[in-house]
Amino acid sequence: MKCEARCVFKSRNALHAAQLMQAPMNQPQVLLATQGVAKAYGPVVALRGVDMTVRRGEIHALLGANGAGKSTLVKILAGVQPADAGKVYIEGRTVHFHTPADAIAAGIATVFQDPALIPDLTVAHNLRLSRIDEAKFRTSLERFGLGDLDLGALVRELPLETLRIVDLARAMARDPHVLLLDEITAALTADQAERVFDLLTEWRAQGKSAVLITHRLAEVMRICDQATILRDGRNVAELVTAEVDEHQLVEAMLGASVEPLMKTAQGAMASRRLGETALEVRGLTDRHQVRDVSFAVRSGEILGLVALEGQGQDRLFDLLAGARRPVAGEIQVAGKTCHFRSPYDAVQRGVVLVPGDRLIALLPNQSVHHNLALPLFNHLRRWLRIPTDEQPRVQRAIERLSIDVRAASQVRRLSGGNQQKVVLGRWLVSGFRTLLCFDPTRGIDIQTKREIYALLRELAAQGAAIVLYTSELAEISLVCDRVLILHDGRIVDEQDAATATESSLLKAAHGLEVVA
Amino acid sequence: MSSESRVVQGRAGNARSFQRWAAENPLAVLAAVFVVLFLATSAIQPGFFSVSGVRNTLLQAAPLGILAAAQTVLMLTGGIDLSVTMIATGAAYVAANQSPGGAAIAILMGLLVGLIVGSVNGVGVAIFRVNPLIMTLAMSSILLGLFTAWTQTVLAGSTQVAPFIRLLGGGSWMGSVPYSVLVWGGVAIVLIWLLRRSGWGRLIYAIGDNETAARLAGVRVWQVRLSAYMLSGVLSAIAGILLAGRTGAVDLQLAGAFLLPSVAAAVIGGTSIFGGVGGYSGTIIGALILSVLNSLLTFLNVGQAIQQMVYGSIVLALAWGYAGLTRRS
Repeated sequence: MKCEARCVFKSRNALHAAQLMQAPMNQPQVLLATQGVAKAYGPVVALRGVDMTVRRGEIHALLGANGAGKSTLVKILAGVQPADAGKVYIEGRTVHFHTPADAIAAGIATVFQDPALIPDLTVAHNLRLSRIDEAKFRTSLERFGLGDLDLGALVRELPLETLRIVDLARAMARDPHVLLLDEITAALTADQAERVFDLLTEWRAQGKSAVLITHRLAEVMRICDQATILRDGRNVAELVTAEVDEHQLVEAMLGASVEPLMKTAQGAMASRRLGETALEVRGLTDRHQVRDVSFAVRSGEILGLVALEGQGQDRLFDLLAGARRPVAGEIQVAGKTCHFRSPYDAVQRGVVLVPGDRLIALLPNQSVHHNLALPLFNHLRRWLRIPTDEQPRVQRAIERLSIDVRAASQVRRLSGGNQQKVVLGRWLVSGFRTLLCFDPTRGIDIQTKREIYALLRELAAQGAAIVLYTSELAEISLVCDRVLILHDGRIVDEQDAATATESSLLKAAHGLEVVA
Repeated sequence: MSSESRVVQGRAGNARSFQRWAAENPLAVLAAVFVVLFLATSAIQPGFFSVSGVRNTLLQAAPLGILAAAQTVLMLTGGIDLSVTMIATGAAYVAANQSPGGAAIAILMGLLVGLIVGSVNGVGVAIFRVNPLIMTLAMSSILLGLFTAWTQTVLAGSTQVAPFIRLLGGGSWMGSVPYSVLVWGGVAIVLIWLLRRSGWGRLIYAIGDNETAARLAGVRVWQVRLSAYMLSGVLSAIAGILLAGRTGAVDLQLAGAFLLPSVAAAVIGGTSIFGGVGGYSGTIIGALILSVLNSLLTFLNVGQAIQQMVYGSIVLALAWGYAGLTRRS
């Protein structure tokens, strides 16, 4: 490997020559390599030593459970953070990144997990800040079918999926050799993801490379050539994706077997019995996006909700949780009509929300304990007296969710999966009757996903009513009893989760008639 | 060669582990800064290193410490109160005016002024969602106008405070511990307990750290904010009454000089103006540092202009140093 790194072609002409020849004896060239890269945040070791090799003209998957160190590695390669130890090579030469600008100059463009745009500026201003050529940016935007995007629009007013595309188009407009894409498809609709894949395939044909971080294994199998798998801050496997299947990827990521979890979860499902109607809505309508929505969910039931991006699902959840007020319609909790004026009212009635963006639900600088115990102090009478059972309740939630408490003093230091567990755990501490779960497994590793599915089923078995919106259709049959399909703010279909297939759901979600 | 490099490495290692220790114990570092400043002052003014020197430092720090307590609570919620000194002055005025009727009435009326003004601030910020900077700045200006007019009319009577208030502000318990320091100690104990051990304290940090998260968790944010501004008003009134007791009489410039130090003490003590991070123990040391710094600059016997510049620079250096220290962790 070292030899490859040393004897790469350096001039562009030579590179072209190499591509044109495409001779089988021509070994693929190493474009980007890391050796023993390590990083610790205080007492928490994020990376223990990662060796990764990305060849020219390769789409390379970087996989691992949450907290395995993927995002840390991306930050190091993007020049956001320095590594504590180890080396990064580009075309065989050692590079040292002190700032993101260094990494960009070296030909690495990164799309981070969260949009890296200034919300109060327009898209055009953001581009000017990062010195991007507008024409080039437009060209890449058109590739994603967003050619008509108004560059004068404020970033905060654009939907998340558009921002992801803007981020990606901006990265591509930098003409990098390597694209680092952290969870790029997590917020995209299926057809947008398709376009991204097309583009990456083309990208690869031009002899450029990409590193793709994703939790969707189907994507890995489809478009990635190689996969580096991280576990506990180390690379534990380098696989050629054509030679393995999804199971092998999962096993490499987890190390241990995952079967027992699924079985307990299914056991919980078998013993479930449906109870009274917990939450019923009639004719719920919002100013723009939610139109005449009616449904009921019973205690013990997990009701799935499926929709393409931007069909009003987030508004609907806001209405149910009291975070927004409807213009028409009625919400009934346990048979009683309620007018939620604020989330407090909903929480009082036992209707609680796990929002799609966990960052809006967390207190980043407070401890895991304080985050979990937050809803316990909603009453004035709890202002002076902390309930004596607070500690054991919090402890039970931590154990039940197996939250990693090594970095418990500040929630912002936890990995994404652990943060999500904290958001869920909060309601285990306080208690609830109806849980509104908005895409709780977005951007979360497979182990944590399974833990969350199992937890949801357990909660339902104990009598909770759960409304689950998910962007991953495979979750529906795994977790839900029944599924509603939302299209353009209306409920257009209802299916039995056991018989629903991804294609029947997708068709309905596109507003197409489903023939049973 | 190799042994030399090992020595260098060892030193670097020590420096790093000291840095880590300092980042984890910023209060100890602040306390050390205080001790250094205190010793420096003693070096310039030999009589300062004594019981009376310590007492003077504490006496100076008490009203500042209480005003900074108000500021700390609000900064933890992500707010600020620029009217603390005008509330203090107003409370002192009312207390002086009511003093002929007895100290108890005077103090109660003074505190009531704080509670009322604090409530108005709170309603403006928490319910009508006025920016706290604007709300309290405007309130400060309104109060200045009101009290300027009232000194000629409704508050035209006494400007001297009752003897008990004078004792409270300037006297000492058994001739050694100033009563105002005891009051400060009481405020400190209650406030630290509230912030660390009460549900209210949790909510103060929560709304400062992420208001949306608190709201979604069912917290009625407006109640918490309102209560914080009310507490801030009452604390400011306490500080004002102590100040009036120390000087014996009131005037409109009574507390004016304390506004920026009250913010600075909280910032030096590690409370973030963005909310959610910090605590009152740091502010206490911050107030002590500012108080001893004041003595130091007075004893240095340089011009007022130089004093001001040095004061500002040191405050800047301390706040910057603190931010640098804790960011590393």
